[in-house]
Amino acid sequence: MIDNIPLNSFLVISTLMFFIGIYGFLIRRNLITMLMSIELILNSVNINFVVFNKFLYPNLLHGHFFSLIVIAVAASEAAVAIAIIINIYRNFKSIDVDNLDQMKF
Amino acid sequence: MNSYAYTLLIPLIPLFVFVFVGMAEDKLKGKLGGLIGTAGLGIGTFLSYYTAYKYFIADHVAGTGYTSFKAVEVTWLHLTDKLTINLGVLIDPISVMMLVVITTVSFMVHIYSLGYMEGERGFARFYAFLSLFSFSMLGLVLATNLFQMYIFWELVGVSSFLLIGYYYEKPSAFSAAKKAFIVTRFADLGFLIGILMLSFNTGTFDFQTLTDPHGLAIASTGGAVFMGLSVITWALIFIFIGGAGKSAMFPLHIWLPDAMEGPTPVSALIHAATMVVAGVYLVARLFPVYAQGGPVALEVVAWVGAFTSLFAAVIATTQTDIKRVLAFSTMSQIGYMMLSLGVSGYGGEEGLGFMASNFHLFTHAMFKALLFLGAGAVIHAVHSNDMNEMGGLRKFLPITHLTFLIACLTIAGIPPFSGFFSKDEILVAAFHSNKILFGIEYFVAGLTAFYMFRLYYNIFWGHDRHYHHTPHEAPLVMTVPLMILAFGSIFSGFLPFHNLVTSDGLGFESHIDWMIAIPSILAGVVGIAVATVMYKTKNALPEKLSKSFSFFYRWAFHKFYIDEVYLFVTKKIIFNYISRPVAWFDRHIVDGTMNGIAGMVQFASVSIRGLQTGRVQQYGFVFLGGVVALVLIFVYLF
Repeated sequence: MIDNIPLNSFLVISTLMFFIGIYGFLIRRNLITMLMSIELILNSVNINFVVFNKFLYPNLLHGHFFSLIVIAVAASEAAVAIAIIINIYRNFKSIDVDNLDQMKF
Repeated sequence: MNSYAYTLLIPLIPLFVFVFVGMAEDKLKGKLGGLIGTAGLGIGTFLSYYTAYKYFIADHVAGTGYTSFKAVEVTWLHLTDKLTINLGVLIDPISVMMLVVITTVSFMVHIYSLGYMEGERGFARFYAFLSLFSFSMLGLVLATNLFQMYIFWELVGVSSFLLIGYYYEKPSAFSAAKKAFIVTRFADLGFLIGILMLSFNTGTFDFQTLTDPHGLAIASTGGAVFMGLSVITWALIFIFIGGAGKSAMFPLHIWLPDAMEGPTPVSALIHAATMVVAGVYLVARLFPVYAQGGPVALEVVAWVGAFTSLFAAVIATTQTDIKRVLAFSTMSQIGYMMLSLGVSGYGGEEGLGFMASNFHLFTHAMFKALLFLGAGAVIHAVHSNDMNEMGGLRKFLPITHLTFLIACLTIAGIPPFSGFFSKDEILVAAFHSNKILFGIEYFVAGLTAFYMFRLYYNIFWGHDRHYHHTPHEAPLVMTVPLMILAFGSIFSGFLPFHNLVTSDGLGFESHIDWMIAIPSILAGVVGIAVATVMYKTKNALPEKLSKSFSFFYRWAFHKFYIDEVYLFVTKKIIFNYISRPVAWFDRHIVDGTMNGIAGMVQFASVSIRGLQTGRVQQYGFVFLGGVVALVLIFVYLF
């Protein structure tokens, strides 16, 4: 089925996902939403890995494994990030990123 | 020869004691620190005596000279193949003699201080510093090369500084400590220049090579000449400046009277018997070089010594602080030793002056330590340094009185006490070399007897005065060292120095020259007689004399205003015309440049620090913008 879809469609999707992630990371004030945006960025990269592997080296699996590693890293990163967010919430009673500007000059 | 390797322990034991007592100072209750120090030095004393016995008697083959050899030597710094700095132990007649002198006096002072320093704050610290000093001084005399000597030379300077400033809460004590350190340090600069010149020209630091009687090391210097004197002569004069600083020779003597601010046992040990004779030892150690390489330098030594001995003796007749009288007397006696080295030749009978100098060093250490410790017992009893507040003490301090009298007779050169023999040898040596020098020393001998007996009568005779509380004799722990040193003062004159310590290691025949001895005894007796008339009972004679010579008296009383000259030169000239412009340059130009750089950095950081807002999203935006910019650059420009 994937053979019928042109490469460009995948790339457009992944580019859109990437910039939606960037937009969310830079604009949204909620830490959880920012975390989700980061996941979007990571997943757009995963799509690129898989797709280029399929189109360029159909006999190899390197790209797939890269995606798996990225997914594993993303999972651990999410766990750490949520732990940090919980602690921030306990200290500031808020997870609004605009309140977290203590580390300035 | 390596059966002498144990001599390494003699300096090392005090070093261990210093480290141990110094670190455990707070833990050592009561007199424990002092007892450890005394025990350590007791072992060192025993080893030194054993070394002297072994070197001079047991290992000596009759009819041959005393040789010089290294008991231990290690390479301490290997800089290049030609330039290495070694540490070791050199055994020869003068180093063995100095071992005996230092450990004897130091041991006596250690015992004496158990009583004298009782109840002082920092009792253990005092003993730690005494041990440091003993270590440094022993290291100095055992040095195998000039550089090792220089290292220990500075170490004795430091220990002297620490001990003069022992009562560091007293402003006069710490300024005296600073003065002593700075003046001797200044002189040591000359010493260092001398070492570098000598070693550069001969290619060695090693004493054995330098003082090789065949003079190969000196001969290899070629005939380089500067201002009419050979390079070696200049080097030796510079080295003598270092020695003159440590030995308080004119004009570098100004620190010694002030150094009397230290505790009296310290004055006895450092500023009378051992450290101040380091300069004499230095010249004696390099004596073959002086004798063969620089007769002019030797003449400088003789004249400086003679002038200092006269100068200090004149000042001593006017001072009223008993310790200062003794300090000037020390300068005067060291002047004798320097003079004696200066008039000496090398080898055999010619080396009479060399032998006499070391002989006098030995006897002087005994009787001057005795005088200082006796003065300490007096100060202990009446709590004052001023002889005007003393008088009639012979009834209260019988043992101190007797030992002090013996020491005074010794220094006055009355036979059969030891001072007579050593001073007589010096006068004979001077007589055969230079009649003017002999005349000066002859006069000083009389002057010495006069001022010592002025001191003696003012303390122990004079009119009986009423004391607030009756002075009491010092405890046994203080009087026993006095008695031992008195024993040394009486009998050390009978040691056959002319067989033991000579310039070339070979003994020679020496006998008392009565043509010179009888007049010198007479000079001493006249000095004593004049002092007796003037000071034995309170009378108006001293007052009248000082009035009639009031100009001269005032000059001598103010030590010929040498301190004021120094102050004028340093404060008015050096401070105003050199230090102030340099300070201005430092504050405005050097500091200005540095402050300018710092100000620029600060200005830059203040103006850009607004970028660091602490907002993560702003950082992310900047980061993204940077990446986009880089991408654009790489895509379109390359």
